[in-house]
Amino acid sequence: MSQAGLFVIGATHHRAPLAVREKLSLSSDAAAALQEEFSTFSGLKEFAVLNTCNRVEFYGVAATPDVAQRVSAAFCARQHFDPAEFERIRLNLRDREAVQHLVEVSAGLDSQMVGENEIFGQVKDAYAAAQSRGSTGPVLNRVFQKGFQAAKHVRTHTAITEGQVSVANVAVELALNIFGSLAKARILLVGAGEIGEKTAKAFQSRGAAALTVASRRFERAMELATALNASAMPFEQREPRLGEFDVVVCATSAPDLVVSLAAAKGAMHKRPARPLFFIDQALPRDVDPAVAEIDNVFLYNLDDLAKIAEENRAAREAELVKCRAIVREKSESLWRQVAPQVEALGVRPQLAPLDAQEQV
Amino acid sequence: MLAELTDRTWLWGAAGFYAAGFALGTFALLRHGRPSGVATYTLIALGYLLQLVGLGIRGRAVGGCPLGNHFEIYQFIAWSAITLYLVVGVTFRNSLLGYFTACLAATLTVLSLSIPGWDATQRAHIFGSNPWIELHAALAVFSYGVFGLLSLTSIMFLLRNHSLKSKQLGGWFSFLPSVLDLDHIGVRLLGAGVAILAASLGVGAVYWVRDLSSVNTTKLVITIAVWVAYALALGLRLNGRLLAKRFAWACLALFAAALLSLGPVDKSRHPMTPDTASLAREPRPLFAAFQPAPNDQAYQSGQDARATQ
Repeated sequence: MSQAGLFVIGATHHRAPLAVREKLSLSSDAAAALQEEFSTFSGLKEFAVLNTCNRVEFYGVAATPDVAQRVSAAFCARQHFDPAEFERIRLNLRDREAVQHLVEVSAGLDSQMVGENEIFGQVKDAYAAAQSRGSTGPVLNRVFQKGFQAAKHVRTHTAITEGQVSVANVAVELALNIFGSLAKARILLVGAGEIGEKTAKAFQSRGAAALTVASRRFERAMELATALNASAMPFEQREPRLGEFDVVVCATSAPDLVVSLAAAKGAMHKRPARPLFFIDQALPRDVDPAVAEIDNVFLYNLDDLAKIAEENRAAREAELVKCRAIVREKSESLWRQVAPQVEALGVRPQLAPLDAQEQV
Repeated sequence: MLAELTDRTWLWGAAGFYAAGFALGTFALLRHGRPSGVATYTLIALGYLLQLVGLGIRGRAVGGCPLGNHFEIYQFIAWSAITLYLVVGVTFRNSLLGYFTACLAATLTVLSLSIPGWDATQRAHIFGSNPWIELHAALAVFSYGVFGLLSLTSIMFLLRNHSLKSKQLGGWFSFLPSVLDLDHIGVRLLGAGVAILAASLGVGAVYWVRDLSSVNTTKLVITIAVWVAYALALGLRLNGRLLAKRFAWACLALFAAALLSLGPVDKSRHPMTPDTASLAREPRPLFAAFQPAPNDQAYQSGQDARATQ
């Protein structure tokens, strides 16, 4: 722990369960105060703080060996967290490994949901905040900027981001495979529960504009429609008006079928040239399985969606080996560029012998 | 050195580029990767240029659009499909249309080059001196190119439909465009093909209504039947009676029938006799390319035709 140079210390979802991460999570005020405190540390040349729901990490350049230890202590004191417990769960990496970690985090390789996009923006925000505060310098600027390039390279040259891994996003992806664009797609949400709401939001986030909600309790449908900036429809009209919609998301708790084969056939009679996509997220099922036999009608139930999400997740995991090889190569190259700058700050970096690196 | 290359050498070169585009795509798909849109497009474009040179040389040799035998017609169909792909293919970036087009072009060009009999006969000056008849024939064969591309989008539609129905979305199925996009492009291609073939028939009709005996009945019937079948398919599609899978299958079946019809049309032509020579002096409508040229005494070999230039 007591070593000068580039470092990253913190806690992530790998070793810190949710209950611990809750205690370690920094509010914006706490983060600002902590950074203010860090700026008074002698020997801490540069620093940046990454604070997300799955990780809190401190990147820094230490000119003296005890700086990282002081950062840890200050953080634990502010969060009223046991330093010994933090010592047990914490992430603590130096120099090239710290660079590699940053690239892996930025590329989404270290995320709970491997390959997710959000983390890249979060790391960029953390860097931008540190930069605007003036707490970055030549080392962290280079490490972050080049690290972002490396992360982008990984994301675009591998399949790590391909295929959706959440059920709601899989449903949206399927709709895109059918309709190409969701801008003109009309979506009916039958059932106003949490699952349906999530799916509806996923559709809206991908450009779906025309959303209608139908629920047995009309007031609940109205409430959700207002929240989603959508329109509401009486539940009884779902079958007669089925032909008006392109995507039908069913997520009710009804014990019987909500969409019958006859209703689906009737809907297709009204709009024969346009496909109809049913997403049945209910248990027991809402849509008659026989509708899948109709030409130009596509039906996916909860198991189908979950299976696709799981396959995509497995495919991303399989891609990790390839991604990590790229990250190792890129971070090694980046560290060789940065090491002289670290040395120029009065810090003596340790370069691993080349043959040892090649064995990694 | 390039000037010494024969038309067939250029066309073999074009076929090589098309085959390379197909091989590259196949290799990428076997490795579970996406065929490179840029690489495929570039290979197809290079093949297209070589084919343009080859067909240009042949066209100059025969003194018109090179549509004088089975070989030239297949080459021209492939060229037409590629022309269209190079224009509309841009909107299909990152899709498999380039891969399928390369496959179709490679098949048509390699097949036509590999069967010597298809290029054994050559009719010089097949259009007489009438550019309208040449336009008529070129439009007719170009429409076949459009229908060829339509058959490719139909295959892609069927694959996409199958992948969604059977819930197999991984692998190279993920590179296919959406069902609706494929359906829309299919309708547009069918409309364009029917319109181009109608224009061709319209140009030809100006001549054969004056003298019905100037055109071979078999050829006339088959050509009109092809147009009527495609026009019917378009009407049924727009009417909502021929949709999705059935529409795609219909387009595939029609293209197969259209290609097969080239054989009977070709066989329906006979070397001119002295009695028919006078009729032959008049420009020939409707697939005039299949007709003996007005000033030809008989079929000549391809070598002979080029030697006369």
